[in-house]
Amino acid sequence: MCGIAGLISRQRVKENGKRIKQGIVLQNDRGNGLGAGYAAYGIYPDYADLYAIHVMAMDEESMLEVQSYLQEHFVIQHMEDIPIWNRVIHDHPLVKRFFVEPKESIIKAFPVPVSEDNYTIEKVMAINDRQEGAFVFSSGKDVGVFKGGGTPADIYDFFCLDDYEGYTWLAHNRFPTNTPGWWGGAHPFNLLGWSIVHNGEISSYGINRRYLEGFGYKCRMQTDSEVVAYLLDLLIRRHGLTIEEATLALAPPYWASVEREKDPEVEQRLLALKIIYESAMLNGPFAILAGFDNGMFSITDNTKLRPMTVGLADDYSYFASEVSALYEMEPGLERVITPRAGQPCIVNLDHGAESREAEAPITR
Amino acid sequence: MTQPEVHSSNPPQETQIRPEPGLRSAYRPVFDMSVCDGCGICARECSFNEIRMDTREGKKVPVANRRSCGACHRCEYTCPLGAIHIEENKMALRPHGVWKDSAMQRIHLQAASGAVALTGLGADTEVPNYFDQILFNACQVTNPSIDPQREPMETVTYLGRKAKSLKDVEDIQHFHNALIRLRMPVVFAPMSYGSINLNFQKAMARVAQKKGLLWYSGEGGLHKELYPYRDCVVLQVASGRFGVSQEYLRAGRAYQIKIGQGAKPGIGGHLPGEKVLEGISETRMIPLHSDAISPAPQHDIYSIEDLRLLIYAIKEASGYKPVCVKIAAVHNVAAIASGVVRAGADMIYLDGYRGGSGATPSIVRDHVGIPIELALAAVDQRLRDEHIRDQASIVAAGGIRNSADVMKAVALGADVVAIGTACLLACGCHACQRCSSGKCPWGITTNDPDLSQRLDVDWAEERLTNLLEGWHHEMQEIMGLNGIYDIGSFRGNRLILRGVGLSDRELSILGIQHAGE
Repeated sequence: MCGIAGLISRQRVKENGKRIKQGIVLQNDRGNGLGAGYAAYGIYPDYADLYAIHVMAMDEESMLEVQSYLQEHFVIQHMEDIPIWNRVIHDHPLVKRFFVEPKESIIKAFPVPVSEDNYTIEKVMAINDRQEGAFVFSSGKDVGVFKGGGTPADIYDFFCLDDYEGYTWLAHNRFPTNTPGWWGGAHPFNLLGWSIVHNGEISSYGINRRYLEGFGYKCRMQTDSEVVAYLLDLLIRRHGLTIEEATLALAPPYWASVEREKDPEVEQRLLALKIIYESAMLNGPFAILAGFDNGMFSITDNTKLRPMTVGLADDYSYFASEVSALYEMEPGLERVITPRAGQPCIVNLDHGAESREAEAPITR
Repeated sequence: MTQPEVHSSNPPQETQIRPEPGLRSAYRPVFDMSVCDGCGICARECSFNEIRMDTREGKKVPVANRRSCGACHRCEYTCPLGAIHIEENKMALRPHGVWKDSAMQRIHLQAASGAVALTGLGADTEVPNYFDQILFNACQVTNPSIDPQREPMETVTYLGRKAKSLKDVEDIQHFHNALIRLRMPVVFAPMSYGSINLNFQKAMARVAQKKGLLWYSGEGGLHKELYPYRDCVVLQVASGRFGVSQEYLRAGRAYQIKIGQGAKPGIGGHLPGEKVLEGISETRMIPLHSDAISPAPQHDIYSIEDLRLLIYAIKEASGYKPVCVKIAAVHNVAAIASGVVRAGADMIYLDGYRGGSGATPSIVRDHVGIPIELALAAVDQRLRDEHIRDQASIVAAGGIRNSADVMKAVALGADVVAIGTACLLACGCHACQRCSSGKCPWGITTNDPDLSQRLDVDWAEERLTNLLEGWHHEMQEIMGLNGIYDIGSFRGNRLILRGVGLSDRELSILGIQHAGE
């Protein structure tokens, strides 16, 4: 059991973390104090074009090693300790952020062109794979993840999230069961612009992980949820699927429903998605909320063994495990949607909000 | 229970008696004379002439010859009065750790015949069966199991060449045409017409068609009566090229090039002349009663380049149907599989050490090849490491006994599992391992018209259907208790498996953790 909350302003109006905190703190019982975290988009306007690399390290030496590794492969435009308030949480790792861009000389020297994103991912994976006692937990542009061991309120205060202004916020309250509760295992999981919070368990983790390893991703966070962030990166950014196609690949309809599809073109495309992305499909009980640069979406498993609700008001969309949390974030909700099992809800700032339903998508 | 005495024939005239060790059978039928009414059905049903009818005190009685009983249990099942059971006819040998009964018997037998000892079925040794040392996980508390009686539990499987990503699919119609949809990840293993009879092939073909599965023809061609089942058959092109005609190359749903067989890696198929009767001779396009001995290699394939040529020749000839290459699991199987996939195969069929056979030198069957579990794990990992896993499906075969074996193979990385011996057993076979004799009392591995008719097609179809339905339910149960509703999330998901009593080396090859981890 875990708690999820999210909010997004379709006009990209920025606000600090107060409302998301209310939404997740209300769901205190969905966690056990062993992990919580937040992700916010639009918080680094001064460095919006640079990769914001958030690093956690158990000691100064490991942090320095990561720093020198970054220096070797990137131009570090700015770096600083992430501001913390450690009056409640005393025992914590070091946290630092680096605003970087890949070294042009290195990128250009590759015999085959390498995108900056792919280059950055490779280095992030290399750090997480090889560096003892340190890891990167956030690597996107103009986005930051803040997470650790503690309750949602404690982690919020620890990272001083009153001081950040973002237009998309995600929050998570963790009740770890199958994997250890440690700072690296707290949600959200992030890679580039993809941040995910997850409630449930991914029974398909074994094959999802093997599948991702074939594409160079390294799963080192000792928990199943991280595969979702990497899968989004692979399917959407690298394979060019749309958000909707990606939701269909990750949480596909049953074969029986696909085969009932009347439009043969749609059927063939759905079948192809299911066949090609069999190993990417998520199975087990899950509700996942994902943030990306241009929006947010939720998916659940086909039997909806984990809750997800959506609320709409003005130009905002709210997501939460419990309806009460939606009202906690926005008392004046105009509409509350309970997505059906397996039904994704997508807010795409490029297209407007939509939700795939059998006939009429929920669009707003 | 009384037991009739065996009347010895007249004492030998020679002064010196010549014993013939090795020709005594290890089993014998025992008759309950208090029940037997001397009807003689047993003597008629025994195709190995173990039982003859004799007259004793004016009453007809069955008598065992004690020469040829192989424990097929046909007499036992057909005796209307239930008066027969089979007993071991064990010699009281002094136990010896090296010279076990079987080792001794083989020597006696070969000393008597001077021949290569032929046998049927898969390897009969104590080489570890890794399936028995692998256990499944199950849901508890944090992830609810799913009840297949109440929720959808899907086992749909697609075979053939897929794609790395959707954008790699240029022509979606073409993409789909190249794939074969199966209702569950089980197919019927190749068993040729000749090694088994038409009735049995027909039963498999019917079940495959009805259940949305595949059956493999094996190397014996496609009998004209089986053309109605062409949409679910994978036709084989083996080194003997039996039955390969222009029509044949158009008829199949897919084609299989047979390089090797798990029971006898490195040697070709054997169909003794005794079994080459009229229909077989016509379908295989060979003379009556001629031994059909397939060459050990395909004589147009001496290298991987040659294989590529044949794959594409078959694709051209068949109108670009999927091509499967069947190889035996041998030491270097991962590298071979990689080469085969790169040569253009759309499916790779791995036949393991315990794979069955109708006629195989027992010395080869028991001493060559590697178990399918290890081969499968190595091949699946190798194809993933080389980023070509999407280019070909893996069919795993060789000693699959039950639905747990199927699911363990799927979790190790198989797309689909092929079953052969299990099908024979379902239709009455008792594994007496005398398939090559052509005298199968159950009418399966024989083409003798009288014996063949013992296998009723409708009955065999029902038995096979029952077996598959039962397995299907069990497979769904295993998925459900792991909280997985689609076989796709089970496939290659080795975290579901744990080894028991395996060494680090074995675990690392299988790619699984030890129980307790």
